[in-house]
Amino acid sequence: MSDTPTQTSTGDTNSQKKVTLKIWRGDAGGGQFVDYTLDYLDGEVVLDVVHRVQSEQAPDLGVRWNCKAGKCGSCSSEINGKPSLMCMTRMSTLDIEKPITVSPMRTFPIIKDLVTDVSFNFEVAKKIPALRPKPREKDGTYRMAQIDIARGQEFRKCIECFLCQNVCHVIRDHEDNKAHFAGPRFLMRIAELEMHPLDTLDRRHYAFDVMGVGYCNITKCCTEVCPEHIHITDNAIIPLKERVVDARFDPVAWLGRTIMRKPKPMSSEEVAKVTPAARQNQT
Amino acid sequence: MTTLNTEPDAPVPVGIEANKVRGGPPRSEVLRKDKWWIQPLAIFTGLFAFIVYATWAALRNGHFYAGNVGRDYLSPFYSPCLTNSCTNNGYAWSDWSWWRLSPAIPILIFPLSFRLSCYYYRKSYYRSFWLSPPSCAVPDAGSTKAGGPRSKYSGETKFPLILQNIHRYTWYFAVIFAGILTFDAIAAFRFPNGIGMGLGTLIFVVNACLIWAYTLGCHSCRHLCGGGLRKFSASPSRHFVWKNFVSKLNEHHQLFAWLSLFWIAFADFYTWLVSTGAIHDPRFF
Repeated sequence: MSDTPTQTSTGDTNSQKKVTLKIWRGDAGGGQFVDYTLDYLDGEVVLDVVHRVQSEQAPDLGVRWNCKAGKCGSCSSEINGKPSLMCMTRMSTLDIEKPITVSPMRTFPIIKDLVTDVSFNFEVAKKIPALRPKPREKDGTYRMAQIDIARGQEFRKCIECFLCQNVCHVIRDHEDNKAHFAGPRFLMRIAELEMHPLDTLDRRHYAFDVMGVGYCNITKCCTEVCPEHIHITDNAIIPLKERVVDARFDPVAWLGRTIMRKPKPMSSEEVAKVTPAARQNQT
Repeated sequence: MTTLNTEPDAPVPVGIEANKVRGGPPRSEVLRKDKWWIQPLAIFTGLFAFIVYATWAALRNGHFYAGNVGRDYLSPFYSPCLTNSCTNNGYAWSDWSWWRLSPAIPILIFPLSFRLSCYYYRKSYYRSFWLSPPSCAVPDAGSTKAGGPRSKYSGETKFPLILQNIHRYTWYFAVIFAGILTFDAIAAFRFPNGIGMGLGTLIFVVNACLIWAYTLGCHSCRHLCGGGLRKFSASPSRHFVWKNFVSKLNEHHQLFAWLSLFWIAFADFYTWLVSTGAIHDPRFF
């Protein structure tokens, strides 16, 4: 790109490799890719190089980070167009002969440079009714068998980097769907609660009516980008979809409930009343 | 009905503010540098090739049974045998002599609906045929055109795609068809002078195995066999089946979806070759 601004620097280390990073610079008013050419050392990750750009060439570069160990979920971005954690993407896995693009997550409003406003996710989180456990046992404890909570433990690995939310085309390509689609991270949270052995709430109608599980067309991009390798689609969203089928699309399941005199699935309205958001509105 | 201890007039959750200015690189610009288009193109090619072959196989209405050359091989496209043209060994399930079209047409509705609503195939054709999205972090086709016919997206919430929720019913029929194809594999051991085994027999046995592997690894099956439970500890036998059998197959659902699809076409083609006399089916014993 001939009109791309370029800056160069040479580190004082013994590294001989040069790399060009095309980093998005800008805010809500607009922006552009800016080229930064610099050395890089063996073993570095993209975040290391971005930090050196910040220290050597662009002190005003906005980048969010924290642990540099793939556990805090702060440095989510798009590297060569792929949603990734900067701290977990080794430079050696990229083709450094060509410029490497580093851009902010494109599903969320930008604040500055690589930093985006992910508050959408926290608003969605408020719509999820928390665990409502059954009464304690006589000795005052809760007991759970390991096989009953093993499924949910996979989902607890989530570091809330929101890469799955970012890559999900339902909201990435259709901004208006943010109003009625929770996204993979939070559908996984609902699935976890629905599989919890102590929980007494029934969020199946709610998952369809309010959280929009029906919008997911299971193209598995959330699973592809998850840095924790959680099987979001196969182990959370599809099982949740099947549970929703039980509650609202399966006449045999309805007949079984009726004959066996089992409780009806809870309505969305009932469940909505116990969400953190509803409680927040009450206070 | 289970009720909740809440205030009767508690408000519903707050809405999410959408349509904020995003900034950043334009969404229409694909920044991926890898060959992201290879996978959807390969899947499109594979599925399209199968559609072409299956259409020919379903409409040819002939040479689907190799009884004319002493082999009890019935094409999976025409199984169960609904006509009296595969009765060499008393094989017909019923006589649909009143049916004027290819018998494959009413038969294929069932496996077709199973595969069309299959979670794996949904991913495949949403990506490769409908381009929604063609690949991860690549925009949905037409979504960048404001006000265009594909600028809105409702997923599987409305007709006709909401019908994908019938998948478990198509699975029930798929189990029946897997049983029928197992019968065919066993019947392929029958020869005019007794029990035997030819190359076709082997092909039909592999076909039945692949069909079972695909059918029992289905996500709906995984839910029905135990995945829908909250407490596995209350149903240890269902947990055992879920964990050690169905979930293991489910991990390879994509593989078995392709292998079984290919093998069905291959078994049909082999039957056609043997029946037309184009090749001789070697007999092992």
